[in-house]
Amino acid sequence: MDKYVCSICGYVYDPKQGDPDNDIQPGTAFKDIPDGWNCPVCGASKDEFVKEE
Amino acid sequence: MKPKEIKKGIFQVGVTDWNIRDFHGYSTESGTTYNAFLILDEKNVLIDTVKKEFSDQLIDNIKSIIPLEKIDIVISNHTEMDHSGSLPAVMHRVGENKPLYCSKMGEKNLSLHYQKNWQFHPVQPNETLNTGRYTLTFLETRMLHWPDSMFTYLNEEKILFSSDAFGQHYASQYLFDDQVEDKIMDYAKKYYANILLLYSPLVQKLLKQVTDIGLQINMICPDHGIIWRKDPNRIIKAYHQWSLQKPIKKAVLIYDTMWHSTETMAEHIVQGIADTGTEVIPMHLRKCHRSDIMTEVFDAKAIIIGSPTLNNGLYPTISDLITYMKGLKPKNKIGAAFGSYGWSGEAVALINQEFDAMKISRVDDGLKIQFVPDKKVLDQCSEYGQKIGQLIQKEDA
Ligand SMILES: [Fe+2]
Ligand SMILES: [Fe+2]
Repeated sequence: MDKYVCSICGYVYDPKQGDPDNDIQPGTAFKDIPDGWNCPVCGASKDEFVKEE
Repeated sequence: MKPKEIKKGIFQVGVTDWNIRDFHGYSTESGTTYNAFLILDEKNVLIDTVKKEFSDQLIDNIKSIIPLEKIDIVISNHTEMDHSGSLPAVMHRVGENKPLYCSKMGEKNLSLHYQKNWQFHPVQPNETLNTGRYTLTFLETRMLHWPDSMFTYLNEEKILFSSDAFGQHYASQYLFDDQVEDKIMDYAKKYYANILLLYSPLVQKLLKQVTDIGLQINMICPDHGIIWRKDPNRIIKAYHQWSLQKPIKKAVLIYDTMWHSTETMAEHIVQGIADTGTEVIPMHLRKCHRSDIMTEVFDAKAIIIGSPTLNNGLYPTISDLITYMKGLKPKNKIGAAFGSYGWSGEAVALINQEFDAMKISRVDDGLKIQFVPDKKVLDQCSEYGQKIGQLIQKEDA
């Protein structure tokens, strides 16, 4: 599964780790994260994320 | 103040804002400074500028050293207007065609602040720039505290130009840590609690990075307040400690009151906490500034909030404080709510909701009483304080 980077603050979403603090279980692919989710570091919306090269 | 040479050929050319008392909602009881740095070399470099209304002073300061057109490169470590506000005036005199170094997000954010055709040079993380005698390295420090924030490191002199990080809102005639008393740490702490607290995990990451690459630091030049030269490690250590967010055995009791009932409850809860030998700081919201409250909240174990119920809701100052506190994401706290009400009594439950949203673990459902507390209720308040005090003592903070 691909990692995604927040284009605002550089936070990397790693599907292996998920974002348990915000109810995203480990193993959740980026595309399966609900739309209301925000970057846990800077608060940017999901559409600010780009696939890590 | 006149510019001062901080190292041979390196000047603080920024300005002192003696009179500011409210910095975008942060109380600055000792004013502040906007620091900017001029490095003379084969290529002359200016790092950061100052608030717009101080442009003329900055320009005069630079002019007393070199004409502005002699500046070859301008670096913007941070785009917030207290540091970029004078960029238009400065670039106009330096030359609009001169390179403006900043981070990738810096370019984006400066473009959204000023409609100028500047020659942006967005730096790659760890990119270096040779200016003759000196080599500058740019360190990416996104979200410390804006997406554009970066540090500039002068390798030969081991000077770190750290933008807002390690800063303090403190105006004085002095320039260095060894010239001011220990109280400077209180200003640095207030700055951390109100500006950087929510980015504590990033502070830890950055400090680890700095240790890992073995960055030597002789001097830290922040964009506000004094320069750390005697012991730069002191502020780095403090940041390390603060970013761990380990609370001390202390309670902050924040409240407002309409007819002294919530206040009387507060006094008895405070006494109860004090009875257990625990440090407690009562803070009336219309007497204490939210930024001072936040400084106390920052290292406290227990946050106790008391609000009257006004028109079926929270008292407005309580909402203000909670909004502010929530954004700063304090960690490792316990919470308790209380308040007096007339007939409906929503406030305590509303505070509980906010505690839950902030992941502050609640002692219980709080203490609410109707109208004026009698002796029995006040005894209950004292016991409540004792219970909180004992919990603080028990927690291995
Ligand atoms: Fe800033
Ligand atoms: Fe600033």
